[in-house]
Amino acid sequence: MQLVLEKRAERSTTIALVSPLIAIGLTLITMSILFAILGKNPISALGVYFIDPLTDSYSLQEIAVKATPLVMIAIGLSFCYLANAWNIGAEGQFLIGAVCGSWLAVKTHGTDAGYWVLPAMLLLGAIGGALYALIPAICKVRFGASEILTSLMLVYVADLLLDYLVRGPWRDPKGFNFPTTAEFDPVATVPILIEGGRLHLGAVITLLVVVAGAVLLGKTIKGFEIRVVGAAPRAARFGGFNSNQLILLTFAISGALAGMAGIIEVAGPVGHLQPGISPGYGFTAIIVAFLGRLNPVGILIAGLFLALTFIGGEQAQIAMKIPLDVTKVFQGILLFYVLACDSLILYRFRLISSSPKVSSGAA
Amino acid sequence: MSDPTPFRLDAGATPLLQTIGLTKRYGNFLANDAVDIDIWPQQIHALLGENGAGKSTLVKTIYGLIQPSDGEMRWQGEKMVLSGPSEARARGIGMVFQHFSLFDNLTVAENVALGLDGKESFKDMSARLERVSNQYGLPLDPRREVWQLSVGERQRIEIVRALMQNPKFLILDEPTAVLTPQEADQLFIVLERLKAEGRAILYISHKLEEVKRLCDTATILRGGKKVSTCNPKAETAASLARMMVGTEIKEVKAAAGRETTVPRLVVNDLNLEPDDPHGVRLKHISLELKGGEILGIAGVAGNGQDELFAALSGERLAQDPGTVIIDGIAAGHLSITQRRKLGAAFVPEERLGHGTAPRMKLSENALLTGHAASGMVHRGFVKLAAMLSTVDRATETFDVRKAKRDPEAASLSGGNLQKFIVGREILRDPAVLVVSQPTWGVDAGAAAVIRQALLDLAARGAAVLVTSQDLDELAEITDRIAVMFHGHLSEPLSTAQATREKLGLLMGGSSLEDREAPHAVSA
Repeated sequence: MQLVLEKRAERSTTIALVSPLIAIGLTLITMSILFAILGKNPISALGVYFIDPLTDSYSLQEIAVKATPLVMIAIGLSFCYLANAWNIGAEGQFLIGAVCGSWLAVKTHGTDAGYWVLPAMLLLGAIGGALYALIPAICKVRFGASEILTSLMLVYVADLLLDYLVRGPWRDPKGFNFPTTAEFDPVATVPILIEGGRLHLGAVITLLVVVAGAVLLGKTIKGFEIRVVGAAPRAARFGGFNSNQLILLTFAISGALAGMAGIIEVAGPVGHLQPGISPGYGFTAIIVAFLGRLNPVGILIAGLFLALTFIGGEQAQIAMKIPLDVTKVFQGILLFYVLACDSLILYRFRLISSSPKVSSGAA
Repeated sequence: MSDPTPFRLDAGATPLLQTIGLTKRYGNFLANDAVDIDIWPQQIHALLGENGAGKSTLVKTIYGLIQPSDGEMRWQGEKMVLSGPSEARARGIGMVFQHFSLFDNLTVAENVALGLDGKESFKDMSARLERVSNQYGLPLDPRREVWQLSVGERQRIEIVRALMQNPKFLILDEPTAVLTPQEADQLFIVLERLKAEGRAILYISHKLEEVKRLCDTATILRGGKKVSTCNPKAETAASLARMMVGTEIKEVKAAAGRETTVPRLVVNDLNLEPDDPHGVRLKHISLELKGGEILGIAGVAGNGQDELFAALSGERLAQDPGTVIIDGIAAGHLSITQRRKLGAAFVPEERLGHGTAPRMKLSENALLTGHAASGMVHRGFVKLAAMLSTVDRATETFDVRKAKRDPEAASLSGGNLQKFIVGREILRDPAVLVVSQPTWGVDAGAAAVIRQALLDLAARGAAVLVTSQDLDELAEITDRIAVMFHGHLSEPLSTAQATREKLGLLMGGSSLEDREAPHAVSA
């Protein structure tokens, strides 16, 4: 008997839905082994990671807060990936969006500016992120530079720019020399949804982005163009769709969403601009996008799940002294399994009996 | 190493190669179902069948590329199990594939060396290559690089490479598909000679006239099963076709009294640089195509047909708007979408990946070309109902067979997908239809439907431009035929006057005037 990988006639919708679950299952098994090696009880470790955060309202809110930027960034990334444009630099676009929006908050700090400040900040964040994302896109279209490398490298540029600003020109004079801007004014802060909680308006905006993303992809000709360019570039050209234009468009959209997520994070949960505003949201969002099947609703679910790993990881560190980096290991293993399981959508395993064994004496 | 020398075999009781109940199963699908075939020395044996009949599977099994699921093969009466093509070659089985496996940037000798087992020095091998190629009238310069050679010359490399191993049995997969009629004639002389030397040849082809002329025996496959083994010389092309298809093929009929109207597609002195280094430059191409007319473009593949299609469709733009005129409007600078809005429609050669996105549904593939002008898009939103209705109408009008209402394009068979693609364009009632290889790799039944659809479209007043390598197809449906060679397009001949001989000369790059002039030098 022999196990072969066989191409399916048509992609399997069932597997497309089930594959992320298989991937999660395999990840949990691998993690259990890892916990056992670390000398922790796998069952209680997984419990702390995945069950405990779901049992109190503080953690539940915290999951939604963490999922907000993840989902918003991942929706944008999914457009890029569907169009075969590989934006790896959402982290940088997130930071630049935060910087651009914060500029207005810093400039209006202490003035009696009205309620227009926050919407204007969000707009600036989106524009900043989009323009920053267009740098690798233009290099790709104009010079053929690999967008994977350029977008990734620009993450570090953004990181250093933010660092410079909060240590230099934008530093809070009353901030005891800490590298941070002054706390944003109330009109420059994202409102809280539940009194006393942490859940903020950004979660609502993210839900609107999910709906808009689903409509754009499924119901509009632009969404169709994005999908065709990625799935069959030559057919897309025959259809009259310009792939370069779509690379620019998808990078701009994903940059705008990452930038907006950045400024919402700064003007919301953080409250001021400082280094380390992102625990790698821009990179984790790549996993969210793929785990969610590059589908807006899938991304919403995947974003909540990945947010759970952040919260669970923090609790496991406190409760079981498991290093926080294990969360990153977990996310990496998960992406690996998701991509591996995806081959089952187009292929299937089949057990076949090997060709009849005959003695070669006949020759 | 010895030169291929004639050898004798007692052509008495045992066949050279015999397959007994040979079966190949893919899942539940039987690609070959208990096929028995006997190959005798000193015979040219035709293997006939439509696409998907199992011809390729059978020869790949015989050449050791595929392991059979059941049944056995006997070589000179003894049981043979092949674990790979090198074992087949060691026994004396050679194969020339339809798609050449040559490295463009290597020389002829280097390419041949790569296919041999390499015990002799490169110098000896080169000398032997030259000797073998001259001996069989297949002249080749071992030092030329492959990219400089014509398709016919490339095929010679493949044949000589096979002959250098002195095969007892040679398999040729559709060798004349890429040749001009004259080149094909030369190939037949070589094959007759190989036969006279006592070798056996298995000859796969679609071209029934060719098989009748060349082959001694024919085995016909249909749906993986052997239908019959017969003497093709005693059959008619129609009776062979009937065995291949299983039913009578509907004859394609041109509507009587088709009248030509005003020019609907005009090309004026079109010149275009290729966008890739091995492409063909289009030189001074001019043509005029009236409504109600079908113009055929013949030519060996790779002489600029793809480039011409790209220039006509607008996948590549010309500098000067006046070089392409669609229905009286200069369109050389317009995109493919804008040209579609002018009433033009296009069907490319490659069905999967060019004409359709393989992993997308038919409705989405209807949108692919229909978004320009079929009411499928309203204010940026797509209308699924309109897309599905196009799929349904194409299904009904052109008898597209599929498992469900809206499957993925890749799940359809070649013929059914081509009917869908042609149908999708024809349902838009185009003023101009540019179609490339309309029936390439399509079963005979579907081919007849498609050809009839093109004739009917012209009868309704459209101008139809058909590029095809199948001269029979062009003879059947066109009014005039022009030939492409090295990026030039010849003056069109009226189809009635376009004999195979004349077309063959043009396809080989000679001009008719030279040949007819008294001082012409003989080739």
